[in-house]
Amino acid sequence: MLISMNWISEFTDLSGVNIKELINRFTLSTAEVEDIYEMGKNIKDVVLGKIIEVNDHPNSKKLHLVKVDIGTEVVEVVCGAPNVFVGAHVPFAKLGGRVGDLEIKEVPIAGVISRGMCCSEKELGISDDNSGLMIIEENYPLGTDIKDFMQLEDTVFEVDNKSLTNRPDLWGHYGIAREIAALNKRPLKPLELVDTSLYKDLDPIDLKILDNQRTYRFSCITMDNITKKKSPINMRIRLTYCGMRPVNLLADLTNYLMMEIGQPMHAYDNRKVKDIRVKTFSEPFEFLTLDGVSRKIDTDTLMICDSKEPIGIAGIMGGELSSIYDDTSSVLLESANFDGTSVRKSATKLGLRTDASSRYEKTLDPEMTVLAIARFIKLLMEIDPGVKVTSSLTDSYVQHYDSITIDFDKEYIDKYTGIDISSDMMEETLSALGFDVHRSGDKFSVGVPSWRATKDVSMKADIVEEITRIYGYDNFDIYSTKSLLSPIRHSVERDNEYRIKIFLSDKYNMNEVHSYIWYETKMNKELGIHTEPNIRIINSVTAENDTIRSTIIPSLLGFVYKNADTNPEMGMYEIGRVADGLTKDGLCNEKKRLGIVVASKILSEKEVFFKLKEAIEQVVLSVKNRTPKFVENNEINKYNYVHPINSAGIQLEDQEIGYLSVLNPRIRNNIDKKLNVAYAEIDIDDMEKIDVLPLEYKEVSKYPGVTVDLSLLVDKEMPYETLTKYIDLYPCQYLDKYYLVDIFEDDKLLKDKKSVTIRFEFISMERTLESHEIQSMVDGLLGVLKDNNIELR
Amino acid sequence: MLEKLENIKKQFHEELNAVNSQAELEKIRVSFLGKKGLVTEQLKNLRELTPDEKKTAGMQINKLKNEIEEAIVQYQKTLEEREYIQEIENAERYDYTIPSAREAGTLHPITIVQKQIEDIFKTMGFIIEDGLEIQTEYNNFEAVNIPKNHPARDMQDTFYLENGQLLKTHTSAAQNTIMRKYGAPKKGEPLKVLFPGRCFRNENIDASHENTFFQLEGMMIGDDISISNLIYFMKVLLSEVFERDVKVRLRPGFFPFVEPGFELDINCAICGGSGCPTCKHSGWLELLPCGMIHPNVLRMGGIDPDRYTGFAFGLGLTRLAMMKYNIKDIRLFNSGNLKQLRQFTR
Repeated sequence: MLISMNWISEFTDLSGVNIKELINRFTLSTAEVEDIYEMGKNIKDVVLGKIIEVNDHPNSKKLHLVKVDIGTEVVEVVCGAPNVFVGAHVPFAKLGGRVGDLEIKEVPIAGVISRGMCCSEKELGISDDNSGLMIIEENYPLGTDIKDFMQLEDTVFEVDNKSLTNRPDLWGHYGIAREIAALNKRPLKPLELVDTSLYKDLDPIDLKILDNQRTYRFSCITMDNITKKKSPINMRIRLTYCGMRPVNLLADLTNYLMMEIGQPMHAYDNRKVKDIRVKTFSEPFEFLTLDGVSRKIDTDTLMICDSKEPIGIAGIMGGELSSIYDDTSSVLLESANFDGTSVRKSATKLGLRTDASSRYEKTLDPEMTVLAIARFIKLLMEIDPGVKVTSSLTDSYVQHYDSITIDFDKEYIDKYTGIDISSDMMEETLSALGFDVHRSGDKFSVGVPSWRATKDVSMKADIVEEITRIYGYDNFDIYSTKSLLSPIRHSVERDNEYRIKIFLSDKYNMNEVHSYIWYETKMNKELGIHTEPNIRIINSVTAENDTIRSTIIPSLLGFVYKNADTNPEMGMYEIGRVADGLTKDGLCNEKKRLGIVVASKILSEKEVFFKLKEAIEQVVLSVKNRTPKFVENNEINKYNYVHPINSAGIQLEDQEIGYLSVLNPRIRNNIDKKLNVAYAEIDIDDMEKIDVLPLEYKEVSKYPGVTVDLSLLVDKEMPYETLTKYIDLYPCQYLDKYYLVDIFEDDKLLKDKKSVTIRFEFISMERTLESHEIQSMVDGLLGVLKDNNIELR
Repeated sequence: MLEKLENIKKQFHEELNAVNSQAELEKIRVSFLGKKGLVTEQLKNLRELTPDEKKTAGMQINKLKNEIEEAIVQYQKTLEEREYIQEIENAERYDYTIPSAREAGTLHPITIVQKQIEDIFKTMGFIIEDGLEIQTEYNNFEAVNIPKNHPARDMQDTFYLENGQLLKTHTSAAQNTIMRKYGAPKKGEPLKVLFPGRCFRNENIDASHENTFFQLEGMMIGDDISISNLIYFMKVLLSEVFERDVKVRLRPGFFPFVEPGFELDINCAICGGSGCPTCKHSGWLELLPCGMIHPNVLRMGGIDPDRYTGFAFGLGLTRLAMMKYNIKDIRLFNSGNLKQLRQFTR
């Protein structure tokens, strides 16, 4: 919103005030000022001139040679305006003067010397009217500098509308002036009004409010004998500077009132509109608004009607047919207050946000409606003294806001601020802002003014804001809290998340990625990935991306696809959320999952698989001090990207925490035939349910141990884990540990067997083992294995 | 006898000087000190001498024996050194300018910035908390004082799910859960908590807009937390985050979950506050919303607003990462583009 300092100065004295500093204070105490414009500074030496002679230009049909009387002399200029005529009073820029960016110099125009310039309103920056010369109707001596009677010079500042959303009282100059008066510690002048009780004996308007939910108040009055059509020049300048386009006197005045006190008003032609009904309709219909557009009105939209038909959309825009025409001399003036939410919803549905609707949305003060009418008549009668009021002020006050009184004491404010603001200063601030302050020492009871009571100020904490913002946050002493030193509870889960991420990035050179929480359906289709139905977003960005993912893997495979062309080796992971269906009470079963994908054109598929497996083992070990188990899990085969053979469930302490798999070749070939891909998904929440195995330090033996490598012949299909079960059958106190060294397969040599070489480490805590003891242990072990058909190779 | 020993000594030194390898040295050792070596032989000859002669000759022989042993040890060291020198001189010269093949893994830029900030706040005693991404309307709106008819709840900004839940639009959605988890703080032990999280808004994506982004929110609740404390904590914490002595200023700002609410600006780092295009010539950059937690929010969190006060602040983590790394296009974060993401090595 644009605010004119000239306008503000009508309501509070600004003499001697540094305007720039004041505006900065306003930003820090009230609302953000985005820009400051210095208006009229670029207009210099423009005076009132009278055209006394108009002749044709010898070389142009459009141009004229004009003689202008500027009091001290008569100047000859070339003028291109179409509305030039003898007797016209116009703004005339003298030689050496300035109009906007243009310096006025003696120049030939189409071969004739011109020694000045007659100006249009646009050239003076006071409207966008460039159709012809500005015709000045006011009476001043020729040669008077136009700045003597036109308020061209002004400081206009733009307030960020967003920072005013909660301040309905700041949507007009008078409210802003109240803030500025409080900041300056100077009084706020009362608005000059007419006394509307003078009209109380006139007939009221036939007004019926048929919707009490959406209407708060409706005030109206009729006037006749309006003869002036054009607003005074200074009113037009203010409107222009504040971003409104001057139209005609009545429309300008309603806009002027809206800009001045924030109350939207509407003037209907009284010839057409004689009575008022405020209501909604039971059927939708088309309505022509005054911008000439036909709009569909639904049954929730409040309409202003007369007894015959709708004449305006309440709080948004009037109708075309009831609007002011050039020959309108009598009006019905509306000044009303509607429910903010209902106006916002209707404006949104209509796609029609107007200056009026955006004010109503903020929940305006209903007390303003009659005030605005009294002010309107006052201004109109000053401009057009013959105007007659033809009805009483007709007012239907349907819904009142509660009046609010807030009790508090200094101690409460001090606790909130942490500093000491005196009770006197609190009283002064609140009074300046219009609060009705009752004070007894440090105890306060304050009445909230109606313009702050619609939603903005309702409780003690709101009073804190009023006092502190005027006090100024820059003036606060700042200090730390008084608190005991105590250890911080730290989140093991969060620590583990970082541990996992750093582990995968640093040890396995992987890259952390982030992907969307929904399935990217188009990508999945392209790759042939089938996903299960899951909970959906009802207003998704694109219709296809509406399903919340229940697994993180398709997102990662999509990234593999995107990067496959330029990256022969990839390792990516993400810790992200999925919705694993719904819980019993119908809420999403949100889970935190770790997804890892390894892809390579250099390593074999088997190498990729085992690299991934190692990473998983190491990750789990690093956070849980437990080694996960890899087990058959047929359930994962429901995903068509799982490899039916080379995949396995991941278990920790017999609890399923995830799975790993080689990418199904059907999907792989859609990504890249040469790319070997394996991936895994671990449910972090499930994993975190398993406690960390406490680390136990074991004393090491002082005596040397003995290692024995045994190559064992087993069935080719036998998993290593089965072999270990047989080994574990042999009880041996000196067998410290054993581990796999090598697996050898050879179809010719070993046929359907394979040779598994295992290294056994024997050691005693008490003594050096004798070689015959080792031999007997090896024999014992081999005996047990032989019983299970496992021979030494 | 003595003469003989002198000759042996002379012979030894002559032979030793010709030695070029460990093997030759061993040969010499055997030939002088071995069982049948020259020096050993002399000991055998002692039998033929008188006891006095024996004594003198024995001493002489032992002296020679020690001398030879020592010379051999010395010579062995010389030989070893010679071999080391040779090995080093013959060594292949490695080209240490050859780049290593290993490409470093990376954390996501959000993770890097998030962790840095969490670490800073931890030093000031903040607990780190987490929250769900899929939230109830209650947690996301009602519990933070955004009533049913508030414009922020209009359909267009929020992703709603079929079951009435929604994708959280701000980290504030976790406030209620956290307050209930920790309860009213003990006297002198304010609750200090930081909760980063991923948020969602239904908007069209372009270089500066994402529908999925990260925020980071903090709260401090206690029996005497004040606006003065809020400004203090913001100033010291932001100075750590930006690694400079940050100036902060507060302006009134309206957010339903705080009262009073503020917009916090920091002095522009580019121009130092004198005004430049980055700060739109104001010298200040709008950084974060903050304020005193609204009494209704405390009450809904089970904390008595008549006894306790608190402040809260929110920080755009994604925006902060963009500032830190000078990222111009927000789409990088969710792109999965390795060419981009591999650059964030720290």
